[in-house]
Amino acid sequence: MSKYKESIMKTIFFVAACTSILAVALICLFLFINGIPAMTKIGIFDFLMGTTWKPNNTPPSFGILPMILGSIYVTAGAAVIGVPIGILTAVFMAHYCPPKLYRILKPAINLLAGIPSIVYGFFGLVVIVPFIRDTFGGAGSSMLAASILLGIMILPTIVGISESAIRAIPQSYYEGALALGASHERSTFFVVLPAAKSGIMAAIVLGIGRAIGETMAVIMVAGNQARMPAGLLKGVRTLTANIIIEMGYAAELHREALIATGVVLFVFILIINLLLSLLKRRTG
Amino acid sequence: MESINKRSYMQKLKAYKRNPISLVLSLLVMLSTILTIGILLFLIGYIMIKGIPNIKPELFQWEYNTLNVSLMPALINTVIMTLISLLIAAPIGVFSAIYLVEYAKKGNKLVSIIRITAETLSGIPSIVYGLFGLLFFVTALGWGMSLLAGAFTLSIMILPLIMRTTEEALKAVPNSYREGSYGLGAGKLRTVFKIVLPSAMPGILAGVILGIGRIVGESAALIYTAGTVAEIPKGSDFLFDSTRTLSVHMYALTSEGLYVDQSYATAVILFIIVVLINCLAGFISKKLSKV
Repeated sequence: MSKYKESIMKTIFFVAACTSILAVALICLFLFINGIPAMTKIGIFDFLMGTTWKPNNTPPSFGILPMILGSIYVTAGAAVIGVPIGILTAVFMAHYCPPKLYRILKPAINLLAGIPSIVYGFFGLVVIVPFIRDTFGGAGSSMLAASILLGIMILPTIVGISESAIRAIPQSYYEGALALGASHERSTFFVVLPAAKSGIMAAIVLGIGRAIGETMAVIMVAGNQARMPAGLLKGVRTLTANIIIEMGYAAELHREALIATGVVLFVFILIINLLLSLLKRRTG
Repeated sequence: MESINKRSYMQKLKAYKRNPISLVLSLLVMLSTILTIGILLFLIGYIMIKGIPNIKPELFQWEYNTLNVSLMPALINTVIMTLISLLIAAPIGVFSAIYLVEYAKKGNKLVSIIRITAETLSGIPSIVYGLFGLLFFVTALGWGMSLLAGAFTLSIMILPLIMRTTEEALKAVPNSYREGSYGLGAGKLRTVFKIVLPSAMPGILAGVILGIGRIVGESAALIYTAGTVAEIPKGSDFLFDSTRTLSVHMYALTSEGLYVDQSYATAVILFIIVVLINCLAGFISKKLSKV
C-alpha cells in the first residue's frame, strides 16, 4: 500500500516538474503558429525591414523596423545610463559600504526592484516628462525620457548581480594588490573588477533583457509614435508598446502582425537568454 | 575591508593627493550611490507627498463609477486573482522543486532541460506572457478575457520564482535530517512531507510572498487576459468574468488622463502594498537564516 503511494506521489512530482517544459513548449508553439503566417503573408523582409507601420491604410503596410529600432535605441540609452551608475553602486556596496549603512542600503535597493512598473511609468509621466519638456523643449514624451526611466528601472538588477559577482572574487586578490602598494581604489577597480568581469557582464545582459521587455512604464513616457526614431527628444514606439496599444482593436492581418511583433520580441529575449547562459557557464 | 587598512582621514587625503585617479574613482563611486539612493528617496517622497492627501474615503466605496473612481473592486479583484494564481502555481512549483532536489538523479538529462526551461520562463517579459495568455487561454481554450485566464497566465509567470526559491530552501535542509528520518524507518514520502518540507517552510513561504508581490505589481500580462472591467466578479461562473486588478486599474486611470489625483492615491496604495509584501518576505527569510 505505502509502496503504491510512494510511486503515485513520485509520478505527481515528476509531472509537476515537467510543467515548465510544457509551458515553454506551449508558449513557443502558440506564438510561432499565430505569428509566422502573418510574417510570410506580409513578406519577412517587408515586415522586418519595412519603415512604415500603417495598419489602417489601404493597402495597409506592416513594417516594424521603427519599433525594432525604437526598442534597441531605448534599451541602449537605458544601458548608457543604468550600467555605469549600477556598477559603481555595486562597487560601493561590496567594497566601501560600512556594515551599518549596508543594512539600510541593501533593502533599499531591493525595494527599487519591487516597485511595480506601472508606478515607475506614472513617476516618469509626472516627473521626467515635464522635466524634459521644460529643460530641452519638445513634447517631453521622448526617447530620452524612456531611456532615463528604463535606466532607473534596471539599476536594482545591475547593482544586485554585479555586487554578488564582486563579492565572489576571493579576498586574496584585493589583499594581494594592496600588498603590492596599490591604493584601495586601484585594487578594487584594476584587480577585483576585471576578475569579476563575466559576472558583471551577466548583470548587464540581464538588465538589457529587462529593459527590452518592459512595457507599461515605456508606454507612458515614450510618446509611442509609430515612425522611424528621429532623435533623442522625439517620441518612439517600442515593440512592446506596439503590442499593448493596438491589440485592443486589431483584427485579422493587423492582429496577426501584432502577434508577429511579439514573436520578434520573443526571439530577441531568447538570444539574450542564450547569451546569459553562455556567460553563466563561463563563470560557473 | 576596514580592519585591513585603517587610516586617519588626513592620511587618506594625503594618499589621494598623490593618487588623483583613486580620488576620481572613489568620488564616482560615492556619487553613483548617492544618485541611486537619491532617485529612490525622491520617487517615494514625490508619490507619497502628492498621493497621501488624495486618499479619500470615496476611493474605497464598494461600487466603481466615474464619479468616485473607487479602487475597492480592483483591490478585491487583486486579492482573488492572487489567491487563484497561487493555488495553481504554488503546488506545481513546490512539487517540481521536490522532484528536482529529492528525487531526480544527478546528471539526469531531463533535469537539465527542466532547469533550462525554468530559466527561460523567468527571462520572458510579461507582455509575452500576456500575448500567450490571449492566444491560449482566452482564444484557443475559449475562456474569454476572464479571471481564470489571467490567473493561469500569472501562475506560469511566477512558477520559476517559486521553483527556484523552494529548490534553494530544500537544498539548505541538512542531509542529516533525511538520514535521521530514514534511520527511524520512515519512507521517502514521509521524510519529504514530515521532515524536509516543514524545515524548508520559511524559504518556501518567502518565495511565495515574492510571487504575490509580482502578481500585485503586474499589469502588462493582464490587460488582454483578464481585461479591464472594474467590477467584482459575481455569480456561479465568476471565474469567467472579466476583472481588473489594482495595477491595471492604475493603468486605466493614468491612460485616460482624467483622474490624475486618483492616480497618485492609487500609486500610494499600490506602493504600500508592495513594500509590505517585500518586508514580509525579507522578514521571513531572515528568520530562516537564524534557525
